[in-house]
Amino acid sequence: MKIAVVVFPGSNCDHDAWHAFRNVLGVEAFFAWHKEADLKGADAVILPGGFSYGDYLRCGAIASLSPVMEEVVRFAKAGGPVLGICNGFQILCEAGLLPGALLANRSLKFICRDVHLRCDAPGTPFTGRLEKGQVIRMHIAHAAGNYFAPPETITRLEGEGRIAFRYTDPSGRLDPWWNFNGSVESIAGVLNEGRNVLGMMPHPERVSEEILGSIDGLTVLGSLVDFLDSATPMRARRFVPTSGLKPQRRPGGKRREPSFPGR
Amino acid sequence: MKAKVTITPRRGVLDPQGRAVLGSLHSLGYSEVTDVRVGRCIELELDPLAGPDGLPVDASAMEGRLEEMCRRLLANTLIEDYRFEIESVTP
Repeated sequence: MKIAVVVFPGSNCDHDAWHAFRNVLGVEAFFAWHKEADLKGADAVILPGGFSYGDYLRCGAIASLSPVMEEVVRFAKAGGPVLGICNGFQILCEAGLLPGALLANRSLKFICRDVHLRCDAPGTPFTGRLEKGQVIRMHIAHAAGNYFAPPETITRLEGEGRIAFRYTDPSGRLDPWWNFNGSVESIAGVLNEGRNVLGMMPHPERVSEEILGSIDGLTVLGSLVDFLDSATPMRARRFVPTSGLKPQRRPGGKRREPSFPGR
Repeated sequence: MKAKVTITPRRGVLDPQGRAVLGSLHSLGYSEVTDVRVGRCIELELDPLAGPDGLPVDASAMEGRLEEMCRRLLANTLIEDYRFEIESVTP
């Protein structure tokens, strides 16, 4: 199993995502440079958070036209799992892989804080470890996370069960106060028609270890690994690290305490 | 040759920036302002003789190409409206 983390100029959560997959979940992960139209046989693609191309013109607009994105679009259209986090979500919308767009936050402020998310679409490659209505805590950090789509699109997303996550209060109830960026219908994450592409504003990679305050992010990242595990033949699963940090085995898909070099 | 592209948030799409500016204008006493939409303006320098494959681009084709530039990159038509003017500069 190989996971490609795409790096654009201005990506800043690429290492966090790489670290979460490689050192916490113990699967092979590598960086794919935006100028290379080659995903090197990856089984899943992560578009990380950051400020690709300085957020010039519109967030994600220029990145969505970079060479690697042609490959990512092809990969996604063939059913390959793609997860866009924060800026990655904006890029997926601009690339036309997900409906809608992300506008400036209602408050016009950059918001950096913990939020509660309710899973409204379990059983996808990204939400296999979650149950319907389960509330998890994650982190947001963005200036343009205000999800917008025309009412007919929202109705369709709702009807097809493609709203993966909503901002809620800690008990899972919709509450405008907890919808900090002002997203339509409190939407925090949406899926494409094939459910193999997920875009979400909150950052699962930032809450993937106890030392970071929460491991709720592993519900999303771990679900993706579970999904790939079930689709990968046994002999291809074994990950042999090439250097440095020790990988984690995941007995039965359960999470383990992370290990750090020198500990 | 120059083109000026103006991009504004679509009607019905929340424009928090426009709303903040409207509030500010009201606080200055300009109560006649009823709506503000903040967009952006992009100026392009065009050389009609430097089209693709070294071929010239005539005026009507240029309009089509600008339309295409707006739809493919300069504006997101889901949330923004665009308009452009081509100014030919006579020496």
